[in-house]
Amino acid sequence: MLLLACGEPFLPGAIDPTTTLDGPIDGLSATQVATHARGDAEFARRFAAIDGLGPTFVATSCESCHVGDGKGHPLFDITRFGRYAEGLFDRMPAHGGPQLQNRAILGYAAEQLPAGATAIARFTAPAVTGLGYLEALDDATILANADPTDANGDGISGRPSMVDSTDLVIDVISVSDLAAGAEQTRHRPTGGQYVGRFGKKARTINLLHQTVFAYSEDMGITSEHVPQDLYSPHVGSQGGDGVADPEVSAAVVDAVVFYLRTLRPPPRRNAGDAAVQEGEALFTQIGCSACHIPTLRAGRSDIPQISGALFSPYTDLLLHDMGSELDDGYTEGDAAPSEWRTAPLWGIGLVERAQGGGAHYLHDGRATSLPDAIRFHGGEGASSRAAFTALDAAKQARLLAFLRSL
Amino acid sequence: MDATRRHTTRHSTRRTFRRVFLTLAATLTATLAIGTRADPLHAQADSARADTSRARRDTLGVQGSIYNRPFIAGAGRTSIGGYAEGNTNYFVEDGISDGFSMELRRFNIFLYSAVGPRLRFISELEFEHGTEEIALETALIDFQLDPAFVLRAGILLPPIGAFNQNHDSPRWDFVDRPLVSTRIIPSTLSEVGFGAYGRVALRAGGSFTYDAYLTNGLGDGVILNGEGRTLLAAGKRQEQFAEDNNGVPAFSARVALQRRGLGEVGLSHYRATYNSFRVDGVEVDARRALSISAFDLSTSLGPVSLRGEAALVRLDMPPALSELFGHRQWGAHVDAMTPVWRPRLFGLRDAVVSVGLRTEYVDYNVGTFTSTGRPIRDDVLAVVPGVTYRPVPGTVFKVNYRRHWTRDLLGNPAARLGGYQVGMATYF
Repeated sequence: MLLLACGEPFLPGAIDPTTTLDGPIDGLSATQVATHARGDAEFARRFAAIDGLGPTFVATSCESCHVGDGKGHPLFDITRFGRYAEGLFDRMPAHGGPQLQNRAILGYAAEQLPAGATAIARFTAPAVTGLGYLEALDDATILANADPTDANGDGISGRPSMVDSTDLVIDVISVSDLAAGAEQTRHRPTGGQYVGRFGKKARTINLLHQTVFAYSEDMGITSEHVPQDLYSPHVGSQGGDGVADPEVSAAVVDAVVFYLRTLRPPPRRNAGDAAVQEGEALFTQIGCSACHIPTLRAGRSDIPQISGALFSPYTDLLLHDMGSELDDGYTEGDAAPSEWRTAPLWGIGLVERAQGGGAHYLHDGRATSLPDAIRFHGGEGASSRAAFTALDAAKQARLLAFLRSL
Repeated sequence: MDATRRHTTRHSTRRTFRRVFLTLAATLTATLAIGTRADPLHAQADSARADTSRARRDTLGVQGSIYNRPFIAGAGRTSIGGYAEGNTNYFVEDGISDGFSMELRRFNIFLYSAVGPRLRFISELEFEHGTEEIALETALIDFQLDPAFVLRAGILLPPIGAFNQNHDSPRWDFVDRPLVSTRIIPSTLSEVGFGAYGRVALRAGGSFTYDAYLTNGLGDGVILNGEGRTLLAAGKRQEQFAEDNNGVPAFSARVALQRRGLGEVGLSHYRATYNSFRVDGVEVDARRALSISAFDLSTSLGPVSLRGEAALVRLDMPPALSELFGHRQWGAHVDAMTPVWRPRLFGLRDAVVSVGLRTEYVDYNVGTFTSTGRPIRDDVLAVVPGVTYRPVPGTVFKVNYRRHWTRDLLGNPAARLGGYQVGMATYF
């Protein structure tokens, strides 16, 4: 009776798909759906100490950081640190760097920030929807948008994050790359360097790379790609969790990678509203779309729905100087401390549904509203920020309505 | 064959059956009487029967649950019995369903023996989901010096709340066990240990009962388990029957008052050190304690019987794991049942149909996020209306509608689950 009074059906109906991020790409085959579901279960799996969690870790599952496949909560922010020594950035591996594993299994010491760390950054986990499309971008597509010397004089000088093959640690050639075609158009080295595309500083080159590092660095779970546990410098090596390695098989890693590849792009809401459309025009007009490129085309993929698809991530996957406002002093690879990969904006309108009702935007969740996030844009984003500030309140509202529709 | 002949033939058949039955009964009675006189074991059985009756008389309410089982009635020296329960499930969560399924939840075998004057042994072997999980749930011996002081040792049920000691499914009117009793209090919790219990009659009327035990306690899995949350049930381990993981016994105790017409009210407490802080005698970690404080009530308001329990868990948590794993959690349930029909059908004179409602809530992680100042969630609210039919007191058929609202750790919009369960449970 109470349910009827509340207008709720006895058997709960489906959630409006435009209000959630998770779910597979439409049109997958039955086998693909089954593999996606297997990967989904592994993505949600919470590792126990007896499963090999740790000995040091940040979270107990992939899903902890990416709730509902959305952007993370500050509880699971990761901390990375380092220091500058003789003009070079030292990731302090002897002190557990570059990532702090701030939690540990019982009887083991969690890591503490070392005294000498002078560059410290917090990273909030990103949403993971639509990643398969970003992975399927050809290197050439990313490079085509680069303008490192600002040759066109628009004040935007995006450049790709180039990852040395010696930094990869693992063999990142994934089966999907090979399956996509005999002539590999992405994730292949040029002059010993790969085009990075995932991570805040674009330091990972594909989803296999990203996944095995997350298993290792975030959960302390060993895989066939990274078969050794992390250890705390307070304890020393070879004092791990006592669980036989690898703690997850290649099949598990592959299922999770497939799951990530086949998550649907974030759905749009109210895209046809006049206010939203006007906001989208303003978005382009004030220069946001120079970095947050609305539409890209995927390269060849072994997943037909992705192969050659036009999609709308609102990113160029390039590094941009965001000025002192977002300069944490910390860096990775050849990115400067103030350089950040353009965050995809798709799904930004659903952030609050994954962050417990609050909103935590930007790389470390420091902005609690969209206007806040815009205000933190300096460097190459400064002119767009100024343009946004100059808009009257009604126009700002329309631009924000557009962002919330993504 | 005409009606008269059919009638005559039925009467003749009944007479024949009656004669055969009476002859067999007389023979059996005579044999038993002779055997009783001739065999000292039968004399012991008589004594045991008397002891069984005493066991049931000397224990009350929750404390007496393990003896107040129908199979013990009429026991000789040793008797066997048990209960079985099974049910169907059909659930939908936010529009997604895995369809219809059936499960045989439990098949439990009791073995009781009055091993001598004042000495009783009782055990319970549990088969969950067929043979998926087989566990020795109880195996204990009671030595009754006085109804007010009974020594108990073996694999026993620590007295936390009411449900842990009083969990036989035929006694309950809902298909699922209460969330607070399984997810906060880790029922069914069996531990190896010893202690004492007793009953004291009060001058003002009614009784006072107590239970107090030392046991091996829960293990490391209370946190850092496969659920990713503090869950005392994940700290149960079979190895605890052989050796404590840290050499510090757990203490559990319950006191209760019973009064005819008012029911029973109990307070209980359990305290244990859960982590393996000691290896080969060397302390390698800080001692980490947990406690459960529980309140239970069983009473009636007019025709409505009410029973429920509430429990609060507190844990010593490594600071680095706080917020991710709850250092405090609590839950409660109330079951309200009332009989609505006593159908005298099929010769079942005690049959009763009842309706009821269970309301329950558990919060796995009480606290506030330091990073955002928002409350930590990870909670479940559930309501379960149901109908039961008890053809005989030890057998129950149940129909439930179950509705859950589950919020994750961060407090995102609740997942909604609804569904139907039809189940049965019977003593045998």
